[in-house]
Amino acid sequence: MTPRTREIGLLVARRLVFAVPVLAVVAAGVFLLAAASPFDPVYQYYGVDVFTATEADLAATRERLGLDDGVFEQLGRWLSGVLSGDLGTSRAFRQPVAQVVAERLPWTLLLVSAGLAVAVGLALVAGTIAAWRQGGLFDRTVTAAGHAMEGIPPFVLALVAIAVFALGLAWLPVAGLTDAGAALSLGQVARHLVLPALVLGVSQTPWLVLHIRGSLLGALGEDHVTGARARGLSERTVVLRHALPTALLPFVTLLGTRIPELVTGAVLVETVFSWPGIAEAVVTAALAVDFPMLAALSVLATAAVLVGSLLADVAVAIADPRVVADG
Amino acid sequence: MADRCTETATRPHGDRDSRMGADRAVGLGSPAEPRWRSAARPRAGTPRGRAAGRARSRLVAGAGLLVALAVAAVLVPWLGGLDERLVDYTAVRLPPSVAHPFGTDAQGRDLLLRGFAGLQVSLLVAAACAVVSTLLGALFGAASGVLGGWPDRLLMRVVDTVNAVPHLLLGIVIVALYRGSVLAVIASIALTHWTGVARIVRSEVLSLRERTFVDAAISGGASRWRVLRRHLLPAIVPQAALSTVLLLPHAVWHETALSFLGLGLPPHLASIGNILGEGRAAVLLGSWWIVTFPALLLVASALAVAGIAAWWRDRALPRRRSELGL
Repeated sequence: MTPRTREIGLLVARRLVFAVPVLAVVAAGVFLLAAASPFDPVYQYYGVDVFTATEADLAATRERLGLDDGVFEQLGRWLSGVLSGDLGTSRAFRQPVAQVVAERLPWTLLLVSAGLAVAVGLALVAGTIAAWRQGGLFDRTVTAAGHAMEGIPPFVLALVAIAVFALGLAWLPVAGLTDAGAALSLGQVARHLVLPALVLGVSQTPWLVLHIRGSLLGALGEDHVTGARARGLSERTVVLRHALPTALLPFVTLLGTRIPELVTGAVLVETVFSWPGIAEAVVTAALAVDFPMLAALSVLATAAVLVGSLLADVAVAIADPRVVADG
Repeated sequence: MADRCTETATRPHGDRDSRMGADRAVGLGSPAEPRWRSAARPRAGTPRGRAAGRARSRLVAGAGLLVALAVAAVLVPWLGGLDERLVDYTAVRLPPSVAHPFGTDAQGRDLLLRGFAGLQVSLLVAAACAVVSTLLGALFGAASGVLGGWPDRLLMRVVDTVNAVPHLLLGIVIVALYRGSVLAVIASIALTHWTGVARIVRSEVLSLRERTFVDAAISGGASRWRVLRRHLLPAIVPQAALSTVLLLPHAVWHETALSFLGLGLPPHLASIGNILGEGRAAVLLGSWWIVTFPALLLVASALAVAGIAAWWRDRALPRRRSELGL
């Protein structure tokens, strides 16, 4: 074990230790919010039947669900459930929360990774060309489009994409995971994935493009690039092999910090495209005030954010020996 | 062979260090030509003034657009003399025409009236969110910077924790638990967006409290409270005001997203998000105008505010860009 490996291992350990209180605080915060809410979970549990239920029934249900206990008692019960692998039962889906998550998480991971791949690919190509030909037509177009795109919400983009590519040109299906009634198959899913993944990717691209362009412009002015030019290397080698790697280091960090925006984008894109992922479940759960689901999903999303930034930091620490891994 | 490799591998660093030393020595006497190329400077041959001109035209365009939209948002519902909530089932989903320039929606409501009424609501809610979250962040950041020590560390941990939850998700949880009120929407946006302001104000206070005028005030016998009120808070006002403007487009965005999901403003209020959310089904029936015009209003207002904010940011604080994380 080299000292460097140990250093990175320590970084991971420290972050994991720090993550425990953060996740606990997020869970406690969500429970406190719920306790202060005017909404009575019994109504959600019963639906319209609440009007025909007797007082005794309601009281018995409250007792059974433990709704009359204090906030921290409920929180403690929930936490001990989580530690033993029981996330509670989702009231909106009428299923255990863990089962809902297990069924939907793979689809979200598929969509998000496809979207991220689109975003990174677009940003790398466009950002590099824009910085390479700084001030040119392409650069000005990309920069202006990037700033303009920052003002366009993903759901507007999604609606436009549906109107143009699904309805106008009829190239791709409107929504869902498969055609109605069709069996789950690779071709079906791939066809249905294209539009949501493109929308999610394009909606994330502006920040990435502008960032790559900026940091590549910075890198092009550094000593080692001047040195490479002075040695007579071709422009292509100078930009792609000498300047770009330096510019990519902060980009990796940026990707790690953009996980929250990716989650936000996924919520909106999955809802518009009726993609059966976990982010769409957030909206379903919220509309039904499904508290066990919301609590589990908040903690899950927070964990995803922490893992994302940890992965980015580890990647930077591995790629760049100058970085001190003490964060 | 191995020796040569290590030598060539280490040389660039050694060279660089010695050259940097030399530069520093030169820099003391005469202003040396900077060895780096500024990222902001246009390519050779482009006059610098053109960049400044572009920034100014951005400001003029942004401000003009925003004023036009605001005037329209106030005047159109008023001049129209009609109710944007008027339902007319004989005029359902009409394409744009002279009588209804933006067309009508699935309930036969006029989209011109509804769009501008919605813009008014969205901008008001966003302004409230931006002001509340700036105040909250300024308070938090100032407290953190002034107190220092373990309260500072504790408060910054709170900021880190809030930042770790995706904003829209936390907003959705808050709105879900307190459904159907404008106040819940404002709270859900304000409670998730104060952290950037808190960071900026804290770092500003930390740097201000080391300045001589603060030392002078303290040695003049001023209490901690007086120093804060008379010397520190006035100095962070420009920062806070800038943050408010920068948060504005983001708050519009957020409110629209919540309403679009059916979790935001109550459905009887014509907000842009509500119109778009209701128009989703209509798009599938081919009524493109129900979504197009409200979306254009939304994007135009976001771009207008962003143009002004960018100009102000570049002018006031060229290095502050990344900290708000917008």
